Amino acid sequence: MTERITKSMAKNIYYGGGTFALLIFIALTFDTVHQIPERSNEVNMTENVVHGKKLWENYNCVGCHTIVGEGAYYAPELMNVFQRRGASDETAFKAYMQGWMAAQPLDTPDRRKMPQFNLSNEEVDSLSDFLIWTSKVNANEWPPTIEG
Amino acid sequence: MKYSSQAVAKPYFIFALILLAGEILFGLLMAIQYLYGDFLFPLIPFNVLRMVHTNLLIVLLLNGFMGATYYLIPEEAERELWNPKLAMLTFWVFAAAGVATILGYLFVPYATLTELTFNNLLPTMGREFLEQPLPTKVGIVLVVVSYVLNTIMTVLLGRRTVITTVLITGLIGLAVFFLFAFYVPENLIMDKFFWWFTVHLWVEATWELIMGAILAFVLIKTTGVDREHIDKWLYLIIAMTMVSGILGTGHHFFFMGAPEYWLWIGSISSAVEPLPFFLMILFAFTMARDKKIQHENEMALTWAKGTAVMAFIGAGVWGFFHTLAPVNMFTHGTQLTAAHGHLSFYGAYIMIIFTMVSYAMPIMRGRPHGNCKAAQKRELSSFWMMNIGMMGLTLALSAAGIVQIMDQRVGTDLIGFMESQESIAGIYTIRAAFGVLVLAGLFTYFSSFFMKEENA
Repeated sequence: MTERITKSMAKNIYYGGGTFALLIFIALTFDTVHQIPERSNEVNMTENVVHGKKLWENYNCVGCHTIVGEGAYYAPELMNVFQRRGASDETAFKAYMQGWMAAQPLDTPDRRKMPQFNLSNEEVDSLSDFLIWTSKVNANEWPPTIEG
Repeated sequence: MKYSSQAVAKPYFIFALILLAGEILFGLLMAIQYLYGDFLFPLIPFNVLRMVHTNLLIVLLLNGFMGATYYLIPEEAERELWNPKLAMLTFWVFAAAGVATILGYLFVPYATLTELTFNNLLPTMGREFLEQPLPTKVGIVLVVVSYVLNTIMTVLLGRRTVITTVLITGLIGLAVFFLFAFYVPENLIMDKFFWWFTVHLWVEATWELIMGAILAFVLIKTTGVDREHIDKWLYLIIAMTMVSGILGTGHHFFFMGAPEYWLWIGSISSAVEPLPFFLMILFAFTMARDKKIQHENEMALTWAKGTAVMAFIGAGVWGFFHTLAPVNMFTHGTQLTAAHGHLSFYGAYIMIIFTMVSYAMPIMRGRPHGNCKAAQKRELSSFWMMNIGMMGLTLALSAAGIVQIMDQRVGTDLIGFMESQESIAGIYTIRAAFGVLVLAGLFTYFSSFFMKEENA
């Protein structure tokens, strides 16, 4: 097969094909950036949600958990933890989160441990708001089940 | 060694190999913590172990790429490196920044580290693989810019070849796409979208150019095949990389909040992604078959063939398993991703560095014909130990992923994440055992460097 392809043909496929792919990619990037605010309900992105994302990063939560399927696989997916642990009820979920965060690390021998981060009640609430907001993102029907 | 400035590659290679030992060691610690949650806790929580593990990988690969470049560029350009002193200076800057960052991870709680390193001025931390503090990220930019500059100047003042052009294209891509690491929108979905511009377009586009260039260089040197022939193959490989890899970024946009059309575009483009790796296998084996010279350093060619095969299996085959959107719906965010990640990074990038080190290191140590037969024999055992180890742990992680999917995502009788993980403990034990084999293989490899030359 490769005998029939000359060096200059291969070179042209590289430059031509590469440029073509790049241009489509850039065009779709613009469209995606245009669509993400609506798909993610950016209007509901309150100060608390933004603060919650900041905490998510500052405590490197993604070093153990996945969110929207990305991160480490040591601890559960958190995109749908609002549905799983809060039954989609904001008050119930926030109460659950306060209790859960305060109880860490759990005293079960050799269970994987989550550190105690000593967050204030307000901070835990922000984190909850961030997770609630994330749970409502349109991610094309993902996660497939409530277990994440 | 034709040019004395090629010697700057040596510290880069040595440091990269030391970091690799560290990376594997931390990988093993994680494998143990996976099984025994109290192991090292709360001294080093999992997220810290993982950060050290993945960041060591990034730093070692950049070190390896720089070493490989500084070795091959003078020979390709047929002149001394533009500025060897700058190359040495950036080595020390990079090494110091790398060590300081790792120590920071290990000894300072991450949240405190964000405060100490001005993350409030420009928040960039706390995202997978891009956890580095701001000063480290700025340091990476400076080092990479000086590296690209040194390479471009050397080539401009000397001979231009297809290998140097491809390499420089890859390096510029590496530098440009890293800049997205500094862009962190407040919207998590937008943040993730651009995060992939660094992560995917590094490993599945620009780095493949770098890998292709290094592979082509080693094949020219060890087989003596005509350059025209090699150039054609190189163009063909990187053409397929670009055509599939750029839009293949879409396979990360299926289920993270991006529009539906990525389901199609990502699936179709990334279904082609194994092709460049398959071409690399044909490339390496055809050149080896048609070789014009019998190079006495047989291990260099063995690694070259090995990297093509393992990259194809790890990146190509294991990537294809879960790259179609309907499949990815179930595999997204499971151990299957980890399996693919491990074998592709090893096959494509760690092994291309082994290839270059095995070719260049003996020459830099005054052995133009390669290490002695006994040392090469030992190196060959290390080759198999590491390959079998990596293959074994990849199979174990894949099995873990499949069980995880069946437990949590398929059928009606679902169980939760933690319960599912407990049921996988046996498989994780096997994974850890293969990890030990990889580390033993690496030490065997190291020991081959210290074997005495016969009659030397």
